[in-house]
Amino acid sequence: MVRMTYADAAKLAVAEAMRADPTVWCVGEDLGRGGVFKQYTGLVEEFGPKRISDAPISEAAIMGAAFGAAMAGTRPIVEMRFADFALCATDELVNQIAKARFMFGGQSRAPMVIRKPMGMWRSSAAQHSQSLESWYVHIPGLVVCCPATPQDNYAMMKAAIACDDPVVYLEHKDIWATEGEVDTSLPGRFGKAGIRRAGMDVTLVSWSNTANLCVQAADRLAEDGINAEVIDLVSLWPWDKRAVLTSVKKTGRLVVAHEAVCVAGFGAEVVATVAQTMVLKAPPVRLGSPRGLIAYAPNLEDQMRVTADMIAAAAKKTMEFETA
Amino acid sequence: MTLTNFDREKGLARLATMERIRAFEEVARRAAVDEALVLGAIHLSIGQEAVATAVIEPLRRDDYILSTHRGHGHTLAKGADAQAMMKELLGREGGCCGGKGGSMHIADFGMRMLGANGVVGANITIAAGAAHGIKLLGGDQIVVCFFGDGAANRGPFLEGLNWAGVFDLPILFVCEDNRYSASTLTSDMTSGNVADRARALGLPTTEADGNDVTALAATAAEITARIRQTGKPEFLHARTYRLSGHTYFDPATYRPEGEADEMRATRCPIAKLRGELVQAGVAEGDLDQVRQAAEKEMDAALDAARDAPWPAAASVFADVQDIGSPVEEAF
Repeated sequence: MVRMTYADAAKLAVAEAMRADPTVWCVGEDLGRGGVFKQYTGLVEEFGPKRISDAPISEAAIMGAAFGAAMAGTRPIVEMRFADFALCATDELVNQIAKARFMFGGQSRAPMVIRKPMGMWRSSAAQHSQSLESWYVHIPGLVVCCPATPQDNYAMMKAAIACDDPVVYLEHKDIWATEGEVDTSLPGRFGKAGIRRAGMDVTLVSWSNTANLCVQAADRLAEDGINAEVIDLVSLWPWDKRAVLTSVKKTGRLVVAHEAVCVAGFGAEVVATVAQTMVLKAPPVRLGSPRGLIAYAPNLEDQMRVTADMIAAAAKKTMEFETA
Repeated sequence: MTLTNFDREKGLARLATMERIRAFEEVARRAAVDEALVLGAIHLSIGQEAVATAVIEPLRRDDYILSTHRGHGHTLAKGADAQAMMKELLGREGGCCGGKGGSMHIADFGMRMLGANGVVGANITIAAGAAHGIKLLGGDQIVVCFFGDGAANRGPFLEGLNWAGVFDLPILFVCEDNRYSASTLTSDMTSGNVADRARALGLPTTEADGNDVTALAATAAEITARIRQTGKPEFLHARTYRLSGHTYFDPATYRPEGEADEMRATRCPIAKLRGELVQAGVAEGDLDQVRQAAEKEMDAALDAARDAPWPAAASVFADVQDIGSPVEEAF
């Protein structure tokens, strides 16, 4: 076990993969100076500017060229800088990368990791704060991963680089500096949720940084004698239905929380899947951002946030629910 | 055109390639119109055969090409199997993409043909990336990226050419200028001209007659040899003409009356090469035989495709993704 930050955990995974496989390379804006969040610091010194490649501010070309290079036999790690900017490369990701293997009848593969730093980061406003993970889950051909801890950012990055399918890899910008213990011997597995806290009373399901808020909410609930089980999905496609269904079967209560807009968010998929499968003790709850825009001023921005208190309050409500 | 150095064997080989492309598309058109065997849209390159033929001629088998929605000619010229292509157009088992892509996604990775593309201009950055991959892996192959004049008005044109220039990549960008962007005259929707854009991005740029296969083949041989030697990108603007509509069912009534007829009569690349071969002493009958052989081959390809079964139903879930495959996840 080594203590390291969320950013350094992914960097370690990238460095180890690059040492093991000369066809792995990284491409994106400013990588030669460590990347905008310094998540590549030191890599260019070890691997050189060809494999830690700078790029013009050309998101479509970064994505498209990395795809072409993948078809020519390399394994690119694509840095999009902000998930918001990746929208400039939507055709490349959605129409080309996600579909090529199928359209060409299995002749091609796109072993790529597409890093898209996501989420709210104080006062970054509407174009640098979005959580768009549910968009990508809707696209067949893509694997979608939203790690919340240094451990998962290490293990899942390793798994993503090893994966022969394109992986949309969404790291949360607000937790780059969060530290945690990392066991480099633990393998990452897509579709395998982490039980962040075991409990019998209510199931809290989340991913990315909101999973960390769910752990805080569980702490608060414990003070009131409520034992919440916290499930961190880690990857959204595939997602660990079994873990969620097993937990809710036990607790009979479900709260799904995410930072993205609640409407048509992935929480709806989780709730629907559970509701189609079993009868709960209380109506399931979805928590997400209002369908509003993320503002610059902190008091406006905060109105779009899902907090640990909100998650705890929702969980309590499911405990207090009485069937008529 | 002087015929002093005219190489009859090469001329006949080019004629065979162009006739095969023409015959493939005429047969495909008939299969679509007369028999409704081709269900989706097909985009014909009739009249543009010289570009594919000349530019691909100097390539090695392990060089890459990327094509467009109008990609049958490039694919055949790179060596793909006509029967597998025809099966793909009919959506049948044994199609080069298993019946999953159809005409617009035709590909033959074994021949290093990395796919046609249903999105105009989208192949430009991907092609630059294939060249980037070659460079990273230390290979000596080159990439040829075909696109139409309409693609020059899309963002990937700028981003892809800039990328190739910045990273010094071994790629030839070929603008196959057939004058029309779907049903719009490209010059009506283009500020400045395409070749100037490429020059502005620092790429050595050649402008050529895309219907003169003999001259274009010589030009392409020079350019591709230079790219293989320098490892640097170049641009070729080949002026040609789309004799058919945008799709096979487009009557192209937006064109000035008589334009297509005049072009067919005066600028057909196949007729031009035939004239050169006759001048070089090849008998008309021999030339007709080249055409008949091509037609026979493509008729046989259609027969084989017509007789081929539909793909296995379960194949629709194959080759989507391994992790989170719909085969496992569907419920």
